[in-house]
Order: sequence, then structure tokens, then C-alpha cells
Amino acid sequence: MRSEPDRPYWVEGEPPETPQQQVQQEPWGETKVVGKPHARVDGYERVSGSAVYPADITLPRMLYGAILRSPHPHATVTGVDTSAAEQMPGVHAVISAFTPDDEATRPHSEFIRSQLFNPTCRYEGEAVAAVAADDPYVAHDALRAIDVEYEVHPFVADERKALEPGAPLVYERGNLGREPRTYERGDVARGFAEADVVLEEEYRCECEIHTPMEAHGCVAKWDGDSLTVWESTQGVYNVQTGVAAALGMPLSKVRIIGHYMGGGFGAKLQAGKYTTAAALLAKKTARPIKITLTREETYLAVGNRPPANMRLKAGVKRDGTITAFEFAGSGTGGAYGTGGASSLDWVVRDLYLCPNVKTELTDIYINAGPSRPFRAPGHPQGAWALEQMMDALAAAIQMDPVELRLKNIPSVSQGREGAPPYTTTGLSQCLEDGSTAFRWRETKQQIERAGNGGHIRRGVGVAAGLWSGGAGGPPCTVIIKVFSDGSINLNMGASDIGTGTKTIMAMVAAEELGVAPEAIQIEHADTGTTQYASASGGSKTVPTESPTVRAAAIDVKRQLLALAADELEVAVSDLTLSDGKVVNTTDPSQEVEISRLRSLQRRRSITGIGYRAPNPADKATCPFAAHFCEVEVNTRTGEVKIVRFLGAHDSGRVMNRLTYQNQVFGGITMGIGYGMTERRILDVDQTGKMVNKNWHDYKLATALDVPADMTCVPIDVADDEANIAGCKGIGEPATIPTAPAVANAIHHATGVRVANTPIDPSMLVQAIATAREGD
Amino acid sequence: MAQNGKAGDETPRGDQRGVSRRGFLTSVGTGALSVAAASKIAAQPLAPTEVLDAHEMSKITLHINGRSKEVLVEPRWSLAFVLREKLGITGTKIGCDRGECGACTVLIDGIPRYACLTLAVETEGAEIVTVEGLMNGEEIGPVQQAFVEQDAYQCGYCTSGQIMAAEGLLRASPDPSLAEIQHNMSGNLCRCGTYPHIFAATQRAAELKRGGGGES
Repeated sequence: MRSEPDRPYWVEGEPPETPQQQVQQEPWGETKVVGKPHARVDGYERVSGSAVYPADITLPRMLYGAILRSPHPHATVTGVDTSAAEQMPGVHAVISAFTPDDEATRPHSEFIRSQLFNPTCRYEGEAVAAVAADDPYVAHDALRAIDVEYEVHPFVADERKALEPGAPLVYERGNLGREPRTYERGDVARGFAEADVVLEEEYRCECEIHTPMEAHGCVAKWDGDSLTVWESTQGVYNVQTGVAAALGMPLSKVRIIGHYMGGGFGAKLQAGKYTTAAALLAKKTARPIKITLTREETYLAVGNRPPANMRLKAGVKRDGTITAFEFAGSGTGGAYGTGGASSLDWVVRDLYLCPNVKTELTDIYINAGPSRPFRAPGHPQGAWALEQMMDALAAAIQMDPVELRLKNIPSVSQGREGAPPYTTTGLSQCLEDGSTAFRWRETKQQIERAGNGGHIRRGVGVAAGLWSGGAGGPPCTVIIKVFSDGSINLNMGASDIGTGTKTIMAMVAAEELGVAPEAIQIEHADTGTTQYASASGGSKTVPTESPTVRAAAIDVKRQLLALAADELEVAVSDLTLSDGKVVNTTDPSQEVEISRLRSLQRRRSITGIGYRAPNPADKATCPFAAHFCEVEVNTRTGEVKIVRFLGAHDSGRVMNRLTYQNQVFGGITMGIGYGMTERRILDVDQTGKMVNKNWHDYKLATALDVPADMTCVPIDVADDEANIAGCKGIGEPATIPTAPAVANAIHHATGVRVANTPIDPSMLVQAIATAREGD
Repeated sequence: MAQNGKAGDETPRGDQRGVSRRGFLTSVGTGALSVAAASKIAAQPLAPTEVLDAHEMSKITLHINGRSKEVLVEPRWSLAFVLREKLGITGTKIGCDRGECGACTVLIDGIPRYACLTLAVETEGAEIVTVEGLMNGEEIGPVQQAFVEQDAYQCGYCTSGQIMAAEGLLRASPDPSLAEIQHNMSGNLCRCGTYPHIFAATQRAAELKRGGGGES
């Protein structure tokens, strides 16, 4: 993985392209449907229980698969005795590295190539064998009956110790993933010399696990040499590519369907080893196979946000001018080169005006599960460091932290080659409108005037952020069909991962075609029947699909109006679509229902095709955000109550006010978990195993951990230069500044700066006690 | 826990042939398959009448969404598993299968319970309501309606459980305070983080129910 954000992390290989659109496409002016709050077009399915997720599928003669995983963080499998398991009633097949089904070396991702059951287990949870049985209970009985011989090796489970001499080796060549990557602009030494205040601090973020509500899983079914997989995924075409490569099949014979899925957050952008295992077991038994991972497996084997160790040195003048940043970050993607330190430095490079910046990123191998992209890779970690540092700099020069940020707003993307201008930046407005709506200055003054006596202390905190992605881009194709009765079908390959993609696309088509969103029937997320779309991730689905859907709608509208112009004998330019009718704008009494167009009747249907146009050359498109929160800290117990939260966001045009707000609140909630409770705990000394692989010991934010008082302030300015829908992504930026905003509020309340996540009560109460001793 | 005493009550809704409820539980307990069942036996010590093999299928009758269903189960099968994989009632989801997330929440005799921590055999004789049971034909009920209006979901996988938890709360407390809602909904995780909208939806559902939005 490169740190260059211009090559999105979800795109492999050559930069993509799509054909040029024929029709000139102008930005929207005022919109009638887009931007309004709109309940989801699939709301009924989601609340009635009738939405079918991959885990819900039952096919005739279907069997259940389960996977045996290495209990050791580092071991070689020297033998697998499956005989007892195979003889159990209800067991239909057992496969392992020692059965003929798994002799080949296969690609499992861009970074991992091995046998499906790699005899060299470099992490706890590596797949060792798989079974197919009548039900999941029997399948797990069979796993327990498999006798595996392991040669156990020394392990290293702490990346902070993995580069020390004598540390156990994940690979013989060493535990350094690759040469550290460096970036430099200006002269940091000169920058620090010019500064009035120079601060330096170390920060750490713990490893976070995605844990979507629906565990990873699929149903695989063969029809002759064609394979159909119902997969819980963010991207059916990604999974198709992965499965076809792993099985050596043509893409056309691999059909992936992913209509509903229970959350991904980056962990479901690719096919899993379990997908390959399901396909192999289905082949061997000649029956469909369903594999749903156990919750414990999802903690070990299907990705994480790597831990981050960061050092940041910053210089600022008394007037608030930032003079230099020097950043060093290290992380671990576990046992494979999946990007342990990727993009850690991006917000340092790009968020604030700074002429002198130097960064260094180091990827380290340890014996732990491979990382996967997780909601804005690297950015929440970098923001944890940068935004706490900004707070400390502001305090050091006695400036309001919002003011300091406002003094350093860039109009160009300094971190990119050639420093291209942003198509739009709403960072100032996020800070200004956000602080006004939050009553930042008043609240802060009020708290400071009242003085923070007693053991319940109040504080407010702010943090900002940007997401290096969020522009979307090619390739993407969408088809819109208008039937002879005027009804409309929208065909796109994108998954709706819960972000409301289907609803927004129905709104886009409805806007352009003059109908209600409910009139648009959507087919999506099926490589067999729908058009190409990249995976839904990286806050790029809406800015990729919306302009493409609009282009398809414009294309079909052009054809419809041309037919109508012939029949009505008027100029095409005088016609428009409204309420299912073609209307003459110069003579509104002249109108005809679409279903009455004779040429449409004769053709039965008309098809419009939209392609995603390229992004503007030499420009950067990024969403921006500022988060504000108020906390109450109990200094006796270290407990933190988050009283209220506000997220101000520039994601270009607001597409659906209702789902936009939901994304913002969801990002804040996840960020609260990241800052306050979430942490993978590896037993680094004794066993190397994860000791909290469940939701009881690895705690997510619950209904009791988030404030009911949450506010979403959209900076609703269309980015018409970015794309013809004027939108940028929202999912990623919504979680980037959250955790440091909480940390800054806790600092405001207590005077204690906590540099490590998560700020749990035991850690905080200790930090408060230590600070008191120092008084 | 489920109201096991109902098995022998005077209004049997289905055929109660075969092993009696109490005798059956005793034999399950003897097989040391269920702590829950075993603890009931400790409370009411009875001599085991019959010992069943762990894999031996038993026919039980479940009352789900107002209908009785006879089903062959292994004593170790969870209610969530039987609902989803044996009866095709898949609105009830499984998130963790160990009582941590609440995605499998159903009402058992009106009270929200985790169906993954409940053995199917425990629920014989109890009234089970799943999210499908809140429907009136094809019409969604007031809690479901409120979740749509307030956009109280994203991926939707925890939603059935959230709806059942809200339904259970509102049956017990028709006009809950915000604090009461937060407390009562805290046994249901939502990784997408839609809690503020879930609070709003629960409040809205209370309104809809009070305003004659349809009793479910």
C-alpha cells in the first residue's frame, strides 16, 4: 500500500477509466428531491425482517461449513489427521493442506499468496482445515475431532519490541516490513528555528477491530462449472475478482450477489479465505455450502485497524502561524504487508498550512492477524496525534484552539505532488458554523469562569479533520431503463452497505426524471446482472455513483425528449420531464404522459447508459470536518460522561439530509468507541493470543456511552467542479476527528493529557493522580 | 428465563405428546447440556425419568407469532438457530451467538430475550414473538414504522433485535423517559452507531402506539 492518496487503497493495478459521455452535463441548480430528508427506499425490508442477508439464505440440500484455525500465533502444521472427523455422522467433507483439494498456491489478496490452508501459521486464527456438515453444531463437533500436529515457534506480538535484536522473526528476512517511507517539504530545522513555541509528544492508538454485526460469511453453490456466491460484502466485483483468481476461473463464471449485508467498515472489501473454502467444500460435496464465521473468528482473521505509535514535533509562532511539523509513525498490519502505517501522516501533511513538514512511516511484522482497510485508514490515528498537538500549541500561545485552526486553513492540498488546489474546502466553515452552533466560546468561557472545583469537572474539546479520499471516481457504469408504461428501473453494481446508497441513487434518478424516488426500482450488487462498480468503501460510493446515475438519467431523458419532440412537433429544448409526463415549458398546457409516447410503445423500453466521468485534472477533492464535544469527568473514578457532541461537515452537496445525519452520528459513535473503550489485547508475553476476542471484553460504545444530544451541522455547498452531482463522501470523515475531540475536552476538564487510546477510567484516574502528585 | 411452568398449564395450544416438558428438561439437565435447565432442576429436584442422548432428536411444539409449530430439535440447539435455520424465520439475526449483542432479541412471554442464549427446548409452551410477528399482514407495526421514519438503522442487521427490545420496553412502559430508553436499549449493540436515531424512533413509536398507530 502506498501512502499517496491519489491511488485509492481500494484500486489495484493500473488507474481505471471509463468511456466519455456524449452529452454535455451541467451542474444542478436548485434541487427538488436531492438534499431533502428521505426515508429509505428499502426501509420496509430492513424493519420487517424480509431483507435477506447472506447469513439468512437456506438452499435445498445446503450444508454448513466451519473452519479450524491455528490456536498458536506462530507454528508450522506438520500433519492433519481428519479421519475421526470424517467418520462422524453428519460430516460430509473435510479439507486441509494435506488433502488433494488444497495443493495449489492461491492469491488470497493483493498481499497474501499461499495454499488456502497455509502450513506456516503466522497468526492465531490462520485457517488450518475446513469441514462441511449437516448443521453448524455438527460442523464444530467435527472441528474438535480434527487432530493437528503443530511445530510451535517463538512469536512476537508487540510491534514496539519486534525490531529489537533477538526478537523472534515472523519472516527470516526480518520483521521490518520494508524500508521506512519518508516525505519532506521545506526545511523543518529552519521551521523550528522560526517558531516561538516547539512542542514534542508521543502518542499511541491501540488496534481496533471492525466487528460488523453480521459476521463475515457466504453461501456458495455450483451449477456445472459456474459458481454463484451470496457474500456479505461491500463490493461484489472485488469478491468476483478475488474468487476467480483464487480458483483460477474466468470472471464470467463467478457470480457474486450481495444485496443486503450487515456492516463492513472496510473489513468486507475483499473475498475471504472462507469464500474459497466454501467453494471448495461445495465442489467436493456437490451441495451448496453456507459458512458464517463465529464472532471470535472475526476478531482474529478478517482485519483490523493497526495500532499506531506516533511522535509529533510541532512549531508555532505567537501569532498562530505553524512553522513546522515533524512526524514519525510506526504500525503493524500483523503478519502480512497489509499496510501497518499507511496514511498515518496524511493529516499532518495536508490539514493545516505548514511550509516545513517531514514524516517517516515504518511497517513492522508481528504474529497477529492481517489488517484490512478500516474507515479512513491512518486518518483517525494521525488526527489523534495532530489534533491533540494543535490543542497543546493553542494553550502554549494562549490562543483559542478554534482560532489557531482557523489561522492555518490551506486552499491547496499541500501533501500531494504539485500542491493542487482543492475543488472546494469547507474547513473554515466547519469550524465557524460548528463553533457557533455548539456555542463554543460561550460554553468554554462559562466553564473557565466558574472554575473547575469539585470532583465532577466539565470541559469542551474541538478537533478537525479531512479525508484524503472521498472524491470517488471511475470506473463505474449505470443503466436506467424506462419501460413502455413509464416505470423506471435503475441498474448499478454498487452495494448499499447501510449508508443509504440505494435511496440516494433513487433520489438522483428521480430528480433528473421528474418522478418520485419510490417510482425507481433498483437492481444492484450482482455481478451477473448489474453493471460494474468498485466496492462501497472509502466514502466514495455516493460521489462515484451519484454522477453516474445522473449521467444515465440524462442519457435516457435525452432519448425520451427526442421521441416526444417528434411526436409533439416541438423543439427538444422546449421539453422537460415532470410527474411522469413530458411537458412543454413554453406552453405548459401541452403535455403527454410518458406511457402515451407512441414510439416508446413500439420500442417497449428505452435504455440510458451513464459512465463516471474522470475527476478534474490537477485538483484535489476532499471532505472536511470539525467535531465539538462537552464532557463531564469524575476525577475520583476516571469515568467520563460525554454530555453532547456536534459534527460539522463539508461533504459537498447534501444528498439525503436524513442518511447524512445518520452517517455523522454513526461516525461519532464509532469514534467514541475508538477513543474510550476499544482495544485489541494480545497476551504479548505468555501466549501471543488475543485475550478479548468477544464483545464482552472488547467493548463497543453502547446506548449508554453516547449522548442523546448529538447535532449534525452540514456545510451544504455543492462541489460542482468535483462531479455533476456536486457531492463528496461522508462516511470516513465522520469518524476522523472524534476521539481527539474527546481527549481535548478531557484535557480542558482536568488539565490531564492522555496520549494513548482508549481513555478508560482506570487509565484516566491514574493519569489524574499522577498529575496531582506533580502539583 | 422462559416461563417453563406453562408447559403443563390448562390451555395447551398444541399436542403435548412424547416426553413431558418437565421430564424432558430433567433429562437434558442430566446430560449436563444446559446450565439454565440444570439450575431449574436444582430448584425443583425430580428424579430423572429418562436419559436422552445429546444428539437424539425430540419433537417439541413452539408457539411463534401466534402459530404453533412442531419441530424436531436436538436439546443443544438454540432458539435462534431453530428459528433461522429450521423454520426459516430469519428476521431474528445472530451477531455473536453468545449473548453479547442482542441481534437475536425476541419476546418470550412479552419480555425481550436473547434467542442465542435460549435453548429451543426451554421455550416450549411460551409465547415467542419475532420481528415478523409485529406485522399485521403486510403492514408494519408502529415500532417498525418509527424506525423507518427516524432512519434508526444503517446496515439493518441489528435492527430486528433493536425493534424487539423497543417493543418489549414499550409494552412494559408505554411512555418511557429518555434515560429509560437508553438503559433499556443498552443490551443491543449497533456497530453502525445509530443510537441517537434509535432513541428518537423509540420515542416516536411510543407516540404512534398511544395515538392508535396500531397495537401489535
